[in-house]
Amino acid sequence: MAEPAPLICRDIHKTFDQLEVLKGISLETRKGDVVSLIGSSGSGKSTFLRCINLLETPTSGDIIVHGDPIRFKNNRKGERIPADNRQVELIRARLSMVFQGFNLWSHMTVLENIIEAPVNVLKIPKKEAIERAEAYLNKVGIYERKDYYPAQMSGGQQQRAAIARALAMEPEVMLFDEPTSALDPELVGEVLKVMQSLAEEGRTMIVVTHEMAFARDVSTQVLFLHQGVIEEQGSPDKVFDHPESERMKQFLAPKF
Amino acid sequence: MLDLKGYGPALAEGAVVTIELAFFSLALSLTLGLLGASAKLSGSRVLTGVATAYTTLIRGVPDLVMMLLFYYGGQVAVNALSDYLWETREIDFFFQFDPFISGVVTIGLIFGAYMTETFRGAFLAVEKGQIEAARAYGFSTWHTFRRVMVPQMLRHALPGIGNNWQVLLKTTALVSIIGLTDMVRVAEEAAKAERMPFHFFIPVAAVYLALTAGSELFIKWLDKRANVGVVRGN
Repeated sequence: MAEPAPLICRDIHKTFDQLEVLKGISLETRKGDVVSLIGSSGSGKSTFLRCINLLETPTSGDIIVHGDPIRFKNNRKGERIPADNRQVELIRARLSMVFQGFNLWSHMTVLENIIEAPVNVLKIPKKEAIERAEAYLNKVGIYERKDYYPAQMSGGQQQRAAIARALAMEPEVMLFDEPTSALDPELVGEVLKVMQSLAEEGRTMIVVTHEMAFARDVSTQVLFLHQGVIEEQGSPDKVFDHPESERMKQFLAPKF
Repeated sequence: MLDLKGYGPALAEGAVVTIELAFFSLALSLTLGLLGASAKLSGSRVLTGVATAYTTLIRGVPDLVMMLLFYYGGQVAVNALSDYLWETREIDFFFQFDPFISGVVTIGLIFGAYMTETFRGAFLAVEKGQIEAARAYGFSTWHTFRRVMVPQMLRHALPGIGNNWQVLLKTTALVSIIGLTDMVRVAEEAAKAERMPFHFFIPVAAVYLALTAGSELFIKWLDKRANVGVVRGN
């Protein structure tokens, strides 16, 4: 039997109060896919990413992680909420997220940050978790900073530590929410390099980004969102070189 | 050498009572404060209402009035409960609502209200991203509370806790009014008998000062530990 797709999203809608932010977004990934979500601010790309791991609950639509559909129910007010919090916790543990603002736990050292979830959520023995953490710290090139606190490092180092934290979960899919937007320009490169090497290893990644070069060179799929709908979707060649929608053409047009 | 006219041992015992009273009251107030803050931030209207009623009531009534109310009222309540239990269920239940218990309950309740506000502010000061990261990595609510919210909240709460503790320590002197033989009570008796107020009250003042100064150092040390990983300035 073929292995189920790492992640399928079907017709995701999200409404905040009266405002409909997502108007039916669907996405199907294969193992090893690198999906770039691009679009201007307010297009809904970050909200969509946050719906995938239930940091926002989609108003309607299905999310299926490795063949496992997330179950929902309605609360007393008629709002849709996850039916089983334990299922949500288990699914989140398989979809690790890298945030724009890093969000490393500031009272823990880098190593403690990385082993916290593997030890307490995945229940991996501490010794094994430490070995795993050290291997990933090596991979992102900050092994020698493992006993530092986040505030003692540069933004680029913090984001690489956050990527190591995500890797240590050995997740089904990695979610990146504008991982380089909070960095000084000279630090963007070191983070993109790490992400590119992950893509080359065949990890499944969904990346919300403003880095067009990354989207074009590294992704296997590009989704261009505009006002909560997918305006253009396909391979980077198709989206960047032969766009069909007017919006995408405008988005790519040189601006001063 | 200071001649305490034979009151030395009694004063020392009184000082121990003061310290015990302060520590038990602190433990109660920290517990109530955590519960109160959790209730206020729970999002439940009933819990928020109960906690708000508690803090409003306690902070609006003078400490001394509250203490007299608990001391005299507390025993009446215990007596009534005891009679009721004996008459209806033949359960023999009674205890003396002594000045020490009244003191701990009153001071604990009063400072529980202040601690509630201290903890509430501290919880709100924890960055949202820290909690979001915990959720995104599959932490349960309890795990998020214990491993992320409490350690980060403490950093913000410690200065307030330290302040409350100093005031609490000094508030214990009020308990001498309801007859507890703490340090103040002993000094008062000695000063009256010997007609030497300075001779007895100045040492008592010095002991309070030593306790508050000592705790200030301890809190500074705790604060340093809680702020590990925080870069100051910039």
